Order: sequence, then structure tokens, then C-alpha cells
Amino acid sequence: MAGSLETALALEQEEVGLPRLERVHQWVVTVDHKRLGLMYIGAGLLFFVVAGLQAATMRMQLALPDNHLVPPAVFNRLLTMHGTTMVFLVGMPILTGFFNYLVPLMIGARDMAFPRLNAFGFWLWFFGALLLYFSYLGADGLYGAGSAPDVGWFAYAPLTERAFSRGNSTDYWILSIFLTSVGSTATAINIIATTISLRCEGMTLNKLPVMVWLALVTAFLMLVALPPLSAAQVMLLLDRYMGAHFFDTQAGGSALLWQHFFWIFGHPEVYILVLPAFGFASEIIPVFSRKVIFGYQVMVAASVAIGFISLGVWAHHMFAVGMSPAGNAFFVTSTMLVAVPTGIKIFNWLATIWGGKLRFRVPMLFCLGFLFQFLIAGLTGVILAVAPFDWQLTDTYFVVAHFHYVLVGAILFMIFAAIYYWFPKATGRMLSERLGRWHFWLLLIGFHLTFDPLHLAGLYGMPRRIYIYQPGRGLELFNLIASLGVAFQAAAVLLFIINVVRSLLVGAAAGDDPWDAWTLEWTTSSPPPEYNFAQPPMVKSRRPLWDLKHPDDPDWSYE
Amino acid sequence: MSASLAPSVYTFAESERPARGRVGMLCLILTESSFFSIFVAAYLFYIGKSLTGPYPRDVLSPPIVNTICLLSSSVTIVLAIRNLRAGARARFALWWLITLLLGVEFILGTAAEWYKLIYRDGLTIHTNLFGTTYYSLVGLHAFHVSVGLIGLGIVLLLALRGSVDRRHAERIEMLSWYWHFVDCVWVVVFLTVYVVGR
Repeated sequence: MAGSLETALALEQEEVGLPRLERVHQWVVTVDHKRLGLMYIGAGLLFFVVAGLQAATMRMQLALPDNHLVPPAVFNRLLTMHGTTMVFLVGMPILTGFFNYLVPLMIGARDMAFPRLNAFGFWLWFFGALLLYFSYLGADGLYGAGSAPDVGWFAYAPLTERAFSRGNSTDYWILSIFLTSVGSTATAINIIATTISLRCEGMTLNKLPVMVWLALVTAFLMLVALPPLSAAQVMLLLDRYMGAHFFDTQAGGSALLWQHFFWIFGHPEVYILVLPAFGFASEIIPVFSRKVIFGYQVMVAASVAIGFISLGVWAHHMFAVGMSPAGNAFFVTSTMLVAVPTGIKIFNWLATIWGGKLRFRVPMLFCLGFLFQFLIAGLTGVILAVAPFDWQLTDTYFVVAHFHYVLVGAILFMIFAAIYYWFPKATGRMLSERLGRWHFWLLLIGFHLTFDPLHLAGLYGMPRRIYIYQPGRGLELFNLIASLGVAFQAAAVLLFIINVVRSLLVGAAAGDDPWDAWTLEWTTSSPPPEYNFAQPPMVKSRRPLWDLKHPDDPDWSYE
Repeated sequence: MSASLAPSVYTFAESERPARGRVGMLCLILTESSFFSIFVAAYLFYIGKSLTGPYPRDVLSPPIVNTICLLSSSVTIVLAIRNLRAGARARFALWWLITLLLGVEFILGTAAEWYKLIYRDGLTIHTNLFGTTYYSLVGLHAFHVSVGLIGLGIVLLLALRGSVDRRHAERIEMLSWYWHFVDCVWVVVFLTVYVVGR
């Protein structure tokens, strides 16, 4: 172990000695899963700031009734770019970035199964992402119409047809999302092949860390759920450029078909984003409760069940289009069914915490925030799953508040938990605990100020996507509070950026295993050498480091 | 940390994991199946919904010869790989060439069918929903056949140069899995377009 640490330090020093251009070049040509993972996360965080500023602009516009800060056309572009960016350029890359970084380390492998495919996937995603933002410059097209896409993140037909969406802005949306999806597919293939084929000796599927199991389920969902969107986008391109009629209602095409295809992708996509968050929670909560995860096998089974059920619930986004009673009944039931395995997971996390010797460090704080907020997000989800209730609330701010509770309250909180938890491994430096606490509390307060009142605004009938509202409808107070909350969230993110920069410059050295954790990534040096492990490890239980630290009481005598 | 997880601590038998290439190819086939199924769903959804002619019954006839050629290419590619594993490189190249020619016949047959549909029957992707779904589904499949033919062609060139031997059998078999997949998709496309859709 000591030997590998010295080699790693020597390698690092060697690299520091190189000219700057050469160091950049090494990042560009790298096929190392750790560097690609960090590049995914870094690029994702940059887009997070951009999409966050877009959201802040929209909240400023909506802070007061009859406000004229942002013209309606710009507002439409903002909400489209905010949604598309947050899903495809923030959530997906950060989460696949973590998988890229962690899966090989956690299973004792030296790299992903297909390192060059991995790099190919990253660059495809990256240039796809740039293409979306290039639309601001290049989307004028032949008609001088449009700039960035303005059709909403689910781009309902026939609004996206050539007759209604002139210029090239919609084409930028189609092509960039198509490219990023292909990139994500490459990553998904890699995650599955790595997990199946490259596990170290003794690492049976029954001993995989829970996060790796969730990576497996997520990758499976990506393989099955991303192609429907890509296929529908190909059809839309054929409509727009070859004169096909897939979604052309005047030639008998169906606008409804787009909704089905989009949500066959769109609903599993929610789980593609939230399952990694479950994975992080399942690694972090046990370490900071000083207990093994409660009900490992049930936890894994519940994850797999969520993966399968999530493929059969898509039309609960479409209750308002008027499906048959049988269709409604099916999708109400299947949607409510998701609550069962999800509830199992929440109870298992609680049971892991129960009676544990809790350490309230920053990653654990974010996990507790996640548990509380994800529960509420799930409860409003069950409310919206009831078709008659959904008819009342569809396309209102209640829906907006519900899915932001999932995306921000659960996923973003777990992304921050994961960053605080694994930052020491990736950089060799600790993030500041004090700044981290400020970050957590400001984000928590800002999150609730913004999104709690939006539930009420939705119940009061405020439709989503409007750029303006009249005074005297009972919406002023909710919107004002929601917009004030943004300031807290922005301050929290600013503190986070300061924390990261400060730690990279003068952070305390982390050592190999700062949290006294149990999975394989903590056996190697921080940051790990390019080859991860000098000798491929061999494991005998789910907590190989516990066995190592407690040879008198190893886990494998119980499992 | 002084101790380590070096393998000498435990005595496990050498573990046997599936080859990464096989897992990767199966994943690719899974994701491609999902892609195709959306086009098949669109085809089935739009059967009988064209507002104007020509209709499938009037202009489509099942491409029996094409189908036989493509399906038998799955047999010849198996024979090719069997010969490669046995070290018979000349026979491998011969069967591989036959596979390639059967694939080329299929593409040419599709081209002839499209030529007839476009110039004799006046059916384009723009004409009606039948044209839209027909050309996109059959075209998507033909695109996959073409990609497969490029792969087959590269291997053939390498084989003629004498640089393919039994060490490459595993990788070449993965290419053959893709080819089998393209064949299986054709069975689905054939049933959808020429049996159910007519």
C-alpha cells in the first residue's frame, strides 16, 4: 500500500513538472476512467451554474405580478434551456461522472471495460452539450427566426413541426440531445460490461457495494429508455426535413404519439437521475451511522424493482389528454406501485440510522436533508398519481414544485453529499467543514423558501410556464417568497465554489481513508494512481476494509 | 494502512467472468432493440391511417428472395467462424465472402424495391403515413445492414491480406452477433410490414 502511494505521488509530481499545455493535452487524450469522471462532473457543474442563472432570471421575472423584466420569447427560451440543461447537461453527466470515477474503484478494477469507448462517450456528450448552447449564435437559420430552442424540454408535437417552429432552433435541440444520448449510451454499456466482467476476486454480485448495484440498474435503464427519445427525434427530423408525417396532424399523424414516445423515455429518465442518488445515500449513510446497511438484499431487490416498474408508468404524465378508463386505471396503479419499493428503501435507510453512532459531518447532513425532502417529493408524487387529482393539478406549479423536490431536494442534495464525501479521494484534500455547513443550511433554507410556496401557488391554480401573472389572484406572496429563496440558494452555491477552490489550494490533506469507510476505493491512495490498485484486491465480504481493520471480527463470519 | 487486501490473504479459485466484449455486444443489441421497437410501434400505430393512397395492399409484395438471402447469411457466417476456429483460414474467407455477397444482394433487392415504389407507384416518404412509416422502418433496417456490410468488408479485406487467424475468432464472432441481430430484426420488420401491415 505504501509503495503504491509513493508511486502515485511520484507520478503526480512528474505531471506537475510538465508544461501547462502538455498537462491540458494529457487531459484531452486521456482514457483514464477517473479523469473522464472528473471531466464529466466538472463540465456538469459548469452547466449547473449556467442553468441556475437561467432559473434565477425566471424567478426574478416572476417575483412580482405584471413584471416586465424578461420578454415572453426570451422567457420561453430560458425555461426550455433551463430544463434541457439541467436534465441532459447537469444531472446525467454528474451522475455518470460519479459512476465513471467510482465503479471501477469500488469493484477493484483498474479501468472501465472499454476505456476508449468511455472517452468517445465523454467527447460526444461534451460536443453535443456545446451544440445546444451554440444555438444562441447559430440558430437564426434561413428564416432569421429563433435563437435558442423555445419548445419546452419535452418539445410537444406539433409545435415542433416545421410549420410552427421556423428556423433551426428546434434542430439544435434535436441534434444536441441526440448526441448526448449516444454518449450516455456508450457510458451505460461500459458500466454494465465493467461490473459484469471486471470485478475483483471474491466480489460476487451478492457482495457488490449497493451503489454499484444502482449503477447497474441505472445503466440498464439508460440502454432501454434513451433510444425511444432518440428514435422519436429521428422521426421529428424526418418530418422537418424529408416531409414525413409522423407528428403532422394535418396528414393524419398523431401529436399524441410524440407524447407517448417522449414519456416512455421521460419517466425512466427520472429514475436514471434519482437511482444514483439512492446509491450515494446507501454508501454514505452507513459510514456516518457506523453500521452496515440495513437489509442489503432487500435494498438491491427494491432497486431492481424500481427499475422495472419505472418502465411501465409513463402515461401518468398524460392523464389530461383523455385516455381510456382502462389506460388511466393501469397507469394510476403502476405509478402507485413505485411507492412500495421506494418506501422500502426509505425505511431501510432509517433502520440503518436507527441506533447508529451518528457523525453529523457535511455529507451526512445532506443525506438527512435528502431523506426528509425525498419523502415529501414521493408523497406529492402519490397525490399526482391519482388521475382525478392530476386533472385538477396538471401543468400547474404544484407539478413544478413536486419534481423540483425530486430533482433539487433529493438529487442535488445527494450530488453535494457525494461531492463532500468523495472529494478527498479524488483530490487528496478535505473540503472545509465550516463552509460546508453554511452551504448546507443556506441551501436547505433557500430550497424550502423557493419550492414550498410553489405547491400552494399550484393549488391556487397558477399554470406552469407562464411568464407573467396579474395581481389580485392570491399568487403574489408565494411567488415573492419563492424568488427570495433563490438568493439563499445562490449564496449556498457561491460558498460551495469558494470551498472547492479554497480546498484545492490550501485544503487539509485527506489521507487514504478520512471517513473510516469500508469500500475498496478507500484502500488506495488519494488521489488514486492511474492503475488504481498496485495489486488487484480480493474481497471476502461486503465491507472489505472492515475485515482489514478488524481481523478479529470480520464481516464474512456473519454474511 | 499497513495491511492490504493482497490476494495472498485468501485462497480463492481463479474467478470466471463473462468476456467484456460479449457483455458489451449484448448491451448494444439491447439498446438497438429498444430503438427499433419504437419504429415498429409507430408502424403498427399508423397501419390503415393513411389519408390517401397508395396503400400497402396495392404496391407491396413480400421480398421472398431477399429474405431467404439475408436469413441464410446467418448460417454462412456461423460456418465461417467455425472454420476460423478450426484454423481453416481459406474456407473462412470463402464463407465470409458468401455472407457478404448475400448481404449485398439484400441491399440491392431493397434498392430495386424502393426504385419500383418511387418511380412506378409514386410512393415517397412524403406521400402518406404508409410511405412515412415504411421508408423509415425499412430504411432504418437497411442502414443497419449497410453498417454490417462495412464491418464484414473490413474483415474480408483483412482476411485476404492474411492477417486474420483463430486468435481473432472471438472478436469476429462479436461482429457476427451484430449480423445475427440485424437478421432477427428483419424477421420482425418482415412480419410487421409484409404480413400484419398488408
